[in-house]
Amino acid sequence: MKTQYSLLLYLSLLLVSLAAPLLLPDYRTQLALLWVMVVFALTWDIMGGQMGYNSFGNILFFGVGMYACAVIQRDSGLSYFPALYLGIAAGGIVALLLALIIGNGLLGLRGHYFAIGTLGLGVAAGEIAGGWDYIGAGSGMTPPLFPGELSVRDTFFYYAFFVWATITFFTLRWLYQGRFGLAINAIRDNEDKAEAMGLHTTRYKIAAWSITAFFLGVTGAAMGNLIGFIDPKDVAFAGSTYGVWMILMAIAGGKGTLWGPVIGAVLFHITQELFWTLLLGWQRVALGLLIIIIVLFFPQGILGWIRERFSKRRQSEQPTLAHTTPPRSEQQEQST
Amino acid sequence: MTQPLLEVTSVSKSFGGVEANRNIDLSVPEGKIIGLIGPNGSGKTTLFNSIVGYHPVDNGSIRFQQKEITQLLVPDIARLGLLRTFQQTRIYSGMTCLQNMQISAPDTTTGFKSLFAALPMDQMQKINEMLTFVGLHTKRDILAGELSFGQQKLLEFAMALIASPKLLLLDEPTAGINPTLINGLIERLKIANQQLGITLLIIEHNMRVIMNLAEHIYCLAHGQILAQGTPQQIQSNPIVIDAYLGAS
Amino acid sequence: MGSKPASLAHTTLASTLVPPLTNTNNIIMLDNLTILIDAPVFIVDLLVNGILIGAIFVLAAYGMALVWGVMNIINVAQGEYVMLGGFVTLLVVKAGLHPLWGIPIAACVLFILGLILYRLILYRVVDRDIFISLLATFGISILLAQLINQLFGADVQTIDPGLGTWHFMDGMVTVSVTKVIAFSLALGLGLCLWFFLKHARIGQAIRATAQNAQAARILGIDTHRVYAITYGINAALCGTAGSLVIMAWAVHPYMGLPYTVRSFMVVIVAGLGNLPGVVLAGLGLGAAENFAGFIAGTEFQIAFVFLLMIAILIWRNRALKRQRRYLK
Repeated sequence: MKTQYSLLLYLSLLLVSLAAPLLLPDYRTQLALLWVMVVFALTWDIMGGQMGYNSFGNILFFGVGMYACAVIQRDSGLSYFPALYLGIAAGGIVALLLALIIGNGLLGLRGHYFAIGTLGLGVAAGEIAGGWDYIGAGSGMTPPLFPGELSVRDTFFYYAFFVWATITFFTLRWLYQGRFGLAINAIRDNEDKAEAMGLHTTRYKIAAWSITAFFLGVTGAAMGNLIGFIDPKDVAFAGSTYGVWMILMAIAGGKGTLWGPVIGAVLFHITQELFWTLLLGWQRVALGLLIIIIVLFFPQGILGWIRERFSKRRQSEQPTLAHTTPPRSEQQEQST
Repeated sequence: MTQPLLEVTSVSKSFGGVEANRNIDLSVPEGKIIGLIGPNGSGKTTLFNSIVGYHPVDNGSIRFQQKEITQLLVPDIARLGLLRTFQQTRIYSGMTCLQNMQISAPDTTTGFKSLFAALPMDQMQKINEMLTFVGLHTKRDILAGELSFGQQKLLEFAMALIASPKLLLLDEPTAGINPTLINGLIERLKIANQQLGITLLIIEHNMRVIMNLAEHIYCLAHGQILAQGTPQQIQSNPIVIDAYLGAS
Repeated sequence: MGSKPASLAHTTLASTLVPPLTNTNNIIMLDNLTILIDAPVFIVDLLVNGILIGAIFVLAAYGMALVWGVMNIINVAQGEYVMLGGFVTLLVVKAGLHPLWGIPIAACVLFILGLILYRLILYRVVDRDIFISLLATFGISILLAQLINQLFGADVQTIDPGLGTWHFMDGMVTVSVTKVIAFSLALGLGLCLWFFLKHARIGQAIRATAQNAQAARILGIDTHRVYAITYGINAALCGTAGSLVIMAWAVHPYMGLPYTVRSFMVVIVAGLGNLPGVVLAGLGLGAAENFAGFIAGTEFQIAFVFLLMIAILIWRNRALKRQRRYLK
């Protein structure tokens, strides 16, 4: 994409995002949640789309961050904002440490074994949190009240999540441009080959996993304060729901790309809100159906579909690259 | 006399009762091109796999640069400078040829920071030269998965070269390549050996190729070394001829 | 809270970094463990009841192994089929029939559902990446769980067929007769299925397709029909299991995922072709889970199941790593 166009795109997105809570004050919370969805999709894509390690359990880090922040806010004795900032930092760090601890064993699993292994992470965490008195067990925890009116709180968190989503996006953009991006793509395409070429696959896997954890931990920490109540199974570790929606968003937009997850998150969030308004309780049933439809018919996602369309057009203008021996003229070129 | 670059001593490997390799002794002197031939099923690829650490060996010792590597894992052996290419070509199909080369080029930064380092620009020239060397420069922005089989083989070869190994194990480098391109491949292998200083150990079925390239050849049959010697010696060895004709 | 002076805040923060090791949960766990040591008869009770439900796990695991081995699909909706079997039985009872009728009816309904779901959804997924099939079956699982939740509510449902209980060892060990019947039926059904696969024509077609789908096609076997029937059989197995579960234990809309995870665990431990192994592993899992639930508390029983699965996967993978391999 030409630099002027991309700059224009970024600028217009920035303006729209900054103005949104002012233009749609009633939807502030939903708009804030939109940015949370963007972070969900982007962080899932590092592991799943870019590295080929499809995780069903990323929600673990989200919930851990949420609880870590709430604990800090409860016990630190600081006033609201210092406690909040400390809690958010703690959320990211605790999640990151957890990732490092479980990463070593879990990331040795390949393909669908990794996927199924992570299936249990979110649900197990929810169950354990529901029985651990220190963090409120089944009754959950309540972060301290925001010192200000609801509208101020909603606006504050909207911008906070927007900033965080932007940071996530540009951090990933920077990572994907360097060696990190190539390494995780190589792991995705052929991990055995990457090992045979001497790539430090374990280091990259753990790094990707930890980055995912950190960004989700921070998001969870802030989210706990926006929602105002932390329930172990429905809010913090909403395993079977958010766990799989992350995957859906990234796939629907186009996994393995930067903008794919963003587009997927936006579309998914709008769809989810529509379903909730129109279908109420049946929205979850509809979302289950949506997963099936997307997986069956649009696994390449929107960006993937666009790419196929454009490459088909290019192919019809030039001779196709056949999966056979190259034509005479190319042969002569190669034998010199 | 200097120590050999690779020294394989009494290596054996069985797979559930079938002895794929039995008491293999093989040595590769530095800077040479060594050939490994034998009828199908004689255990050549198994030997390669044992050397690079793809599977553990039952007994014996493998020394690379006088260092014991028998117990080491694949990535560690690769980082010591011992690489191999695969019979069924392995490349990164979702990445462009250029990217395949970039990730194969050696990582000059060390430590934790190296994970997140930007791609060094000074390597680009070498990469472009290497791509031109194998004739893929015009295809550098094409996804590796869309190349033809022969082109993928050349890409895999280029990736191995750019990684600057000391010893490169090539598993049937000319198999599946259009016969008119084989001369070009032989030339490239010679250049890689003489100009880039890479020692080569090559499994080959194409007798013309291996007799042309190798200075010393090992012949494997039924999991054991049948004979070894110069190309002329091997060609005129009745046991070798018997093994090839008898093992159909 | 915000009015505490800074110096005190430091101490409070430090003490929160060490979650009290003597907290209530751990004390309860130790207590429960000592109960077992002091009164071994409880061990018998836990063991027997654990093995009884283990038979249900065996049935579900056998079905999962069947679908995995024949079609290379890991059916994440396995547990939901069990759950549906229970709810079909509930409807049967609501319609006025004796609960035991639920068993064959659930089997038939689920068999048909399995066929339908295969023809509508899974036939598109059969030859593709296994992750796609994971997602597709996960979608089905969510769809079914949420559907039942909408239709019946999230309450736990159970039916008592009124068969009574047996008491052993001076009444210290209680075993509900329904559970024993469920156990026998489950294992009996598994045996019948094994026989069927070995000897009946369709069974042989299934095995042929499992070994080499292309060859089977060339020989005139309609592989899609085989796949559909296999998937239907699996659903019927789960449906039967679910019917037994609602009578001997209980069901609720969200019980599915743990059942799927249990089946997967048993298959991983036993291996795809190993029926005796599946039986042993399934029964063992039932017992282990029961013990864990007693010692750690029922809230942690589900967590135990999931964590055990992760532990088994990692352990299995590590064992293979010593041979420079990994789980494929």
